[in-house]
Amino acid sequence: MAKMIDMKERTKREQVPMREQLPSARIHNFEEVPLGYTKEEAIYEAQRCLQCKNPTCMIGCPAEINIPAFIRLVVEEDFEKAYLTILKTDALPAVTGRVCPQEEQCQKECVLNKKGKPIAIGRLERFVADWARENKIKGIEKSDSQKEQKVAVVGSGPAGLTCAADLAKLGYQVTLFEALHKPGGVLVYGIPEFRLPKSIVEYEVAGIEKLGVKVVCNQVIGATKSVESLKKEFDAIFLANGAGAPRFMNIPGENRNDVYSANEFLTRSNLMKAYLFPEYDTPIKIRKKAATIGAGNVAMDAARTALRLGAEQSYIVYRRSRAEVPARAEEVHHAEEEGIVFHFLTLPVKILGDEEGRVTGMECLRMELGEPDESGRRRPVPIPNSNFVLEVDMVIDAIGTMANPIVARSATGVEVNQWGYFKVDKMTRMTTCEGIFAGGDIVRGSATVISAVGDGKFAARAIDEYLLSGKSLRKNS
Amino acid sequence: MYLIKKKTKLYQNMFSMWVEVPEIAQTVQPGQFVILMTAKKGERIPLTVADYDREEGLVQIVFQAVGKTTEELSCIQEGEYLYSFIGPLGHKTEIGLFGTVVLVGGGTGIACIHPIARGLKEAGNRVIAIIGARNKELIIMEEELKKVSDELIVTTDDGSYGRKGFVTQALKEKLDRDPSIKKIWAIGPPIMMKVTTNLVKSYPVDIIVSLNTIMVDGTGMCGSCRVTIGNETKFVCTDGPEFDGRLVDWDEFMHRNNRYQKEEKESWQHFKDESKCGCKEG
Repeated sequence: MAKMIDMKERTKREQVPMREQLPSARIHNFEEVPLGYTKEEAIYEAQRCLQCKNPTCMIGCPAEINIPAFIRLVVEEDFEKAYLTILKTDALPAVTGRVCPQEEQCQKECVLNKKGKPIAIGRLERFVADWARENKIKGIEKSDSQKEQKVAVVGSGPAGLTCAADLAKLGYQVTLFEALHKPGGVLVYGIPEFRLPKSIVEYEVAGIEKLGVKVVCNQVIGATKSVESLKKEFDAIFLANGAGAPRFMNIPGENRNDVYSANEFLTRSNLMKAYLFPEYDTPIKIRKKAATIGAGNVAMDAARTALRLGAEQSYIVYRRSRAEVPARAEEVHHAEEEGIVFHFLTLPVKILGDEEGRVTGMECLRMELGEPDESGRRRPVPIPNSNFVLEVDMVIDAIGTMANPIVARSATGVEVNQWGYFKVDKMTRMTTCEGIFAGGDIVRGSATVISAVGDGKFAARAIDEYLLSGKSLRKNS
Repeated sequence: MYLIKKKTKLYQNMFSMWVEVPEIAQTVQPGQFVILMTAKKGERIPLTVADYDREEGLVQIVFQAVGKTTEELSCIQEGEYLYSFIGPLGHKTEIGLFGTVVLVGGGTGIACIHPIARGLKEAGNRVIAIIGARNKELIIMEEELKKVSDELIVTTDDGSYGRKGFVTQALKEKLDRDPSIKKIWAIGPPIMMKVTTNLVKSYPVDIIVSLNTIMVDGTGMCGSCRVTIGNETKFVCTDGPEFDGRLVDWDEFMHRNNRYQKEEKESWQHFKDESKCGCKEG
């Protein structure tokens, strides 16, 4: 069995890198890019952990994972216990281990980060979750103390799944409603297979079902059933339907045939598996030169997907400069390795096309950086008469999303702000309607998986308190 | 999984199915649509609701087997199941008291105008229905429409039944003779809706069309169904499916609807090659 090593050695050791598929190979497949740690690598990395008395890493974890404890168990080679330690607070360890921006969260707070080599917490979390899945380790069982109260969770993305899992662990009767035919929300329709294999999402959702959560797909709350009608059936409701509506540039030519929203492009590829067409029925159109507008994580996913689907050139077109890119550094790095070309300080103003509706180019303006704007970033300003045509024949808009109003429209008494996002209490995540809570992107706008997980946890705690105090939506209506 | 309670072959490749979906049947209104998947590897296709039975909890769809998914759908038998079925989606038809209204239906659109005609009739309108097809065999729901309209005109391209010619010719005659017509609904193939819209442009009537675009989720998430209405981009799934025909950018709509033509053919061929369906005469 591996041993704890002395302090001097711990600080001396370098972070264990993760092996990856070579760029030249991976641009031709949808297999995962990072390959994960081996057992030996995981232990070697875990041994570096200082096991701080007052661990700062945990401050940075919205999933509230007992990080030093699970890492210590990795050193002790008790991977099963390490898994259960994580699972206690995080129902989606293989997901968060992959898609969390750890460099902004736990690893940022790690004491060793002062020297620029934090513990690779995310990689260790992923190792533990993968090991447990491969070794068919039983997760947490259904609670022995079942309660009578019923909670409806609307939306099965990371916020909804987390809230449902936490409430089920407390013994509540939870029903999770999903509009699409598969649960997982953005984890299945948005994030590509090469970053998050769908079989992993399925496995972790199944684990949540084992806690007693009833998952009901094909139910569009706001269409099939209203939030009003849920109030009569459930004691509390958590709304986590995501910020589903795509944003467009509103420039001429944007409805041409080869212009996609990132949502459509990624949903076709990920949820509908268009990359396996015609084995799967949903098609996706790929031309030679793809421009993805925007530089967030979704833009990187879209540009990299286009490449894998056969685009000869895949560009990122961004109106600001490299310094302002909102995507994770790791995503940008992976994209560049794969040959994605970045056009910075470039603003599309018109999509050109032929009579058949096909895209033939994109007219752009060159930008320069001016004074800082409200976001604190330097405002991009167009350079007069700098118009030029970027030679592309397909365009993907990845400039963000907006609130989808379907759920809100059917929820009387639940107020939204000017952008259509639910107004919630900062601590409890309760909306303006008592007994109805909300979290994830439908409160925050486009944010991260881990912030949605955090919202799910907060809401579950608040729903528990609400129900423990004897209140109920059902009783009120 | 969603049970097919009743299936009827209307003719050669047009079918009617009643699907057991009690929750949808409770709330669906004329003009709304559903999205279904035949199987796990299938695509999501929108179909306008043809009718519903709230008591029995059934929703009726009418479709023509003209591609992979609809062909596969036509192979699913009574007592079998659909993989996914969601709805009711989109806005309902605005039923009001307008006076004299005309409902023009072509192809599967004939089925879609039926509940709208019924609603308009119940609201006290004088309802004229005009339906058309290539020949007599392809005319569907004649009896049902007779019951909910004051006048029913049938046209066939070859003159094998009703009047010879297109629905637009019958509509023009009506418009010329009857100035009391206030509002028209045209539902059918894109070209038929476009031609109908162009025809009525010079008459003082409203024209409503129901657009059937390519969709993925059908709930406002992807924007695959976007069309230009007036000068604005609208989503057929959440803003429609019915729009003022005069405001539709028909060329754009038709280009976008044809954007997967090549892939659709490939998919259908792939399906035939695998010959998963042995019910050709079913």
